[in-house]
Amino acid sequence: MKLPPFAYACPTTLPEAVQLLSSNDDAKPIAGGQSLVPMLAFRLAQPTLLVDLRKLADLRGIRISGKGVTLGAMVRWRDIEDDDRLDTAHPLLKAAIAHVAHYQVRNRGTVGGSLAHADPAAEMPGTAVTCDAEIAVVGKSGARVIQAADFFQGALTTALTADEIIVEVRLPAWPKGRRWGFEEFARRRGDFAMAAAAVFYDQSKDGKAHNAHVGVIGVADRPLRLPSVEGVLNGRVIDQAAIAEAEAATCAAVDPQDDIHASAAYRRALVGTMVERALKRAAARLQQ
Amino acid sequence: MSVRFRVNGREVEVDVEPRLTLADCLRHHLRLTGTHVGCEHGVCGACTVLVDGAAVRSCLMLAVQAEGAEVVTVEGLSSDAELTPLQKSFRKHHALQCGFCTPGMITTAHALLSEEPNCDAARVREVLSGNLCRCTGYIPIVEAVLEARAAYQPQARASDRSGNRA
Amino acid sequence: MRTVNSLIGSPIERLEDLRFLRGRGQYVDDLARQDMLHAAILRSAVAHGRIRAIDTAAARALPGVHSVITAKDIGNRVPRVPMRLQPLPDFEPFGQPVIAETKVRYVGEALAVVLADTPAVAEDALGLIEIDIEPLPPVADRLASAKDASLLFEEAGTNRAITFRAVRGDAAAAFAGAPYVRRERLRTQRHMALPLEPRGLLAEWDGARKRLIIYGGAKVLFFNRRTLAKQLGVPESAIDIVENDVGGGFGARGEFYPEDFLIPFAARLAGRPVKWTEDRREHLMCMNHAREAECDVEIACTRAGTILGLRGHAYVDVGAYMRTNGAVGARNVAQFMSGPYRIPHIDIDVALQLTNKTPVGTYRGPGRFETDFFRERLLDMVAQDLGLDRVEFRRRNLVSQREMPYQIATITPFESKDELDSGDYHATLDRCLDEIKWSEKSKLAGKLVDGRYHGLAVGCFIEGGAAGPKESARIVLEPDGLYSVYVGSSAIGQGLETVFAQIAADALEVTIDRLRGVFHGSTSYVDDGYGAYHSRSVVMGGSAILDAATKLREAIRLKAAQRLDCQPSDVEIVEGVKAVGPGGKAVALTELSSISAEGAFLNKKHTYTYGTHAAHVAVDPKLGHVELLDYVLVADCGRIINPLTVHGQAVGSLVQGLGGAMMEHLAYDQEGQLLTGSLADYLIPTASDFPNLRAIVLENHPSPINPLGAKGAGEGGIIAAGGVMANAVANALSELGVEPRELPLTPTRIWELVQAARSNKKSA
Repeated sequence: MKLPPFAYACPTTLPEAVQLLSSNDDAKPIAGGQSLVPMLAFRLAQPTLLVDLRKLADLRGIRISGKGVTLGAMVRWRDIEDDDRLDTAHPLLKAAIAHVAHYQVRNRGTVGGSLAHADPAAEMPGTAVTCDAEIAVVGKSGARVIQAADFFQGALTTALTADEIIVEVRLPAWPKGRRWGFEEFARRRGDFAMAAAAVFYDQSKDGKAHNAHVGVIGVADRPLRLPSVEGVLNGRVIDQAAIAEAEAATCAAVDPQDDIHASAAYRRALVGTMVERALKRAAARLQQ
Repeated sequence: MSVRFRVNGREVEVDVEPRLTLADCLRHHLRLTGTHVGCEHGVCGACTVLVDGAAVRSCLMLAVQAEGAEVVTVEGLSSDAELTPLQKSFRKHHALQCGFCTPGMITTAHALLSEEPNCDAARVREVLSGNLCRCTGYIPIVEAVLEARAAYQPQARASDRSGNRA
Repeated sequence: MRTVNSLIGSPIERLEDLRFLRGRGQYVDDLARQDMLHAAILRSAVAHGRIRAIDTAAARALPGVHSVITAKDIGNRVPRVPMRLQPLPDFEPFGQPVIAETKVRYVGEALAVVLADTPAVAEDALGLIEIDIEPLPPVADRLASAKDASLLFEEAGTNRAITFRAVRGDAAAAFAGAPYVRRERLRTQRHMALPLEPRGLLAEWDGARKRLIIYGGAKVLFFNRRTLAKQLGVPESAIDIVENDVGGGFGARGEFYPEDFLIPFAARLAGRPVKWTEDRREHLMCMNHAREAECDVEIACTRAGTILGLRGHAYVDVGAYMRTNGAVGARNVAQFMSGPYRIPHIDIDVALQLTNKTPVGTYRGPGRFETDFFRERLLDMVAQDLGLDRVEFRRRNLVSQREMPYQIATITPFESKDELDSGDYHATLDRCLDEIKWSEKSKLAGKLVDGRYHGLAVGCFIEGGAAGPKESARIVLEPDGLYSVYVGSSAIGQGLETVFAQIAADALEVTIDRLRGVFHGSTSYVDDGYGAYHSRSVVMGGSAILDAATKLREAIRLKAAQRLDCQPSDVEIVEGVKAVGPGGKAVALTELSSISAEGAFLNKKHTYTYGTHAAHVAVDPKLGHVELLDYVLVADCGRIINPLTVHGQAVGSLVQGLGGAMMEHLAYDQEGQLLTGSLADYLIPTASDFPNLRAIVLENHPSPINPLGAKGAGEGGIIAAGGVMANAVANALSELGVEPRELPLTPTRIWELVQAARSNKKSA
């Protein structure tokens, strides 16, 4: 499975990178290569030019402020794992990313790469959608910001144009006391999720939930927010009954397909279980 | 394209196509055949090498991406004179049979123990789950890595564990 | 100081580790030749079709491409891959041409060979070859195959290659009078050995001396050489097949594959060395598949729990061609369904059905894994029906020592009469139950704890080994006084160099450092070798080494006697260094050398390592996830040469078995397309999947049929895993009435069984 032939460029600035992508047909950016290189090995993609982003140092930072968490596109899973600030600044992100792939992949795989690749069962896209992230990109027409909800358009398909590069992803600030849970089930540790759920809500003084966010991966061609499930949770205490209702609403809200790893019926039930268990974690979480 | 980097402490320069993976470059251009290729799509871990200290899948890296990097392969983690403590532990625990996954296991374990000399069994299994083995059933490998932790403790000498001429 | 018998039985650290740990192993892809060409093989993307045209012009024009070989370059009749085992005339019509000639019959079948300067260019060229294939209706499974509506081989007129039958006693009578009968349909899935090193070959043709050297051999090099010589029209002596280090075999590597002709042929045609390395995508669709079997069987018992008979039908999906050892699994499904149990009346037939899938071959415990699953599931179902304790039911029916040798079912077409040779099957059962703390854990059986159902199961197995007919060895006392051991056995990772060194050193009465080495596998080492299969190496190769050692010592005594002017019987060899005659006169062996002797061991009987597996699982009914909380395997292998390596084999074999039980599956669609084309889809166990298991290997009952008392070991770990895991899951979910009848036990399958069982209960 040798790679098909391509030309290679390694720009030192973002404008240079954009210029290379714009002026070459079938050029593709390469970051960590953990998703792209296997595609090349199977000759599922045959770009004529790879534009290596590794020298773009500006894209490697993790910035935390009152506004939230900003991850540079070249931030690796390893960097997220090693950044202790994220334990409080964005525990859901940390928990989700802990499920990504394996040790060696985590040393190279990047946030931007995962978002651009848009695998329907990947944790970063799921987290971005669940958390209303904004994805900042740069292309020949300049910079723009794409809402996560609009970014993922299908399996391995995003709103990016061929000349655009992701610069960073911005996650809104994470308040103290937020209730959250992340639950995933994969065939083996590190495999793509058969289904996963990321949930959070904030709790009013009367113990009722509001601002509920429920996001799932593995059950459609892109990550899904489930407003009908959020509707079940908002305005009430998250007790056994609420959780059971949320599980049922989840199953009703999705329409997964059969594949060799799981049947549609199983995935539908599984994602309900993932939401249920994530909510149980959220409800049990100690007040911070 | 010309690429310059360091392998096992030695400066090398190779002239390669951009599409050549680091794994193939090491094996066929530099004749360091200790790094093995088992899948070419980033699953089996037999191709694991260290790049700037981090364990990576060399089949998923282009040789041209190694420009300026410090690469260490299993040969660089070995010495002719004596087996390293990690290697001795593998041998003692019969943590290898056909030997094909072994360089990847050794390299990954070395990276893990260098960063986390006090890792526990669960962590060792978690990290090694990115390296496939078809012969041993993994249990002896985990045992070998756990026993080798002693050699990676701060008080043990660095030269003891790396096998490099110290 | 006598050093006799200090090495056999010792957990000696392996000699081969010294190079493997340093990355200094030499696997075939590590080899290079200055002027070598790289081969890539174009493989059919269509499962069944008639080849209309192959246009290689564009491929040949690609810079860096040397040539492209298709069937027409090979001659009038493209050679067939032979049947190595069970070469019955019935299989003749279904032989595989080494390259597709008029039809393609499976996705992955070779259509053309490209030779180029680099592997990458060779692969680029594949994409430029134009193939015109007229598609034919694919035969997707054994049911479609049996209809014979779409035929893989029109002249044969059928898709059924053969039907084997296993018979013992009078099943018809037994069933006629049986007070209790249970009938079930059970299935095991297609999966494969998947060694970590893909296949590879490097072939060099010496035009001047008209000799061929081929690197990358394994398992059965002598047979392959014989085959290739005939196919190329050269004498056997013109070919050497060399065994390098081998990254696992498990039964699948080393058999004669189409590439074993194509690559040497290409080297001779091109007049340059040709190297070929399989990639993983090819490997999944080209290396022998295995294990796809179904049965419709009945078991008859007395109400008190004595098994009276087993009868029924089995069906094995053998893929598109009969090649090498493709009939072994099916044969074993029928013959070994009784396992270690006393089943007096047996009548099982097994049909080998051809389909448009990759051909099958042996994979560790061939047919035995499948048939053990069938039988052990039946036993637990019967125990439940009759209200019997599952352990006591097994105990009652296990063959006992005093019944041995115990003849099992005879298979027709007639092969050999097989007998269970020696052993105490009850002892390993008891030991296993004790180790897993069965009585204590039984309290959890079927109980729901923290949202998971706990289950237990136990199963007994036999593992056949030591296939004959022969193995050869040669030992040379070198001029420097060191001993070199040559043996026809093949190393595939099982530690042969060390184990044979132990046997040889003990037999020569020397320390292990007095051996230069153990040289294995390659055809230049002995005249007549057989190789590594059916767990035969220790018994066959080891016994051949013993014979060679005995003969060498005789030869040394003879030569020393001439020097010392005495009788050979008066000569004593001291520590393998000097020969001492009467009166203390001595001569150093270095002065007598070099002396060499050949040995052999002939064998017609199989040995049977045996034992018991037990498992404790926790099943999450919502996830369909099974956690293996504890697993114990106890096996008695007759004589342990190296406890470290035999234990390693048991654990490794078991984890492969768990992979087969829980996750491995070569899935095809209705068009004959292989859906699991990468390691992201074909799932094998990783380090986190099964951390809780133990193997205990015993040597209480040596085999009576070889001088070592050894039995083949290495396959027992895998054999019982499927049956035991399925029974453990059934036990866990017994309150729900879940009965797994098919492997693998994936989350989807378990969840669906739970749903089905729940809705059955509702409507009941």
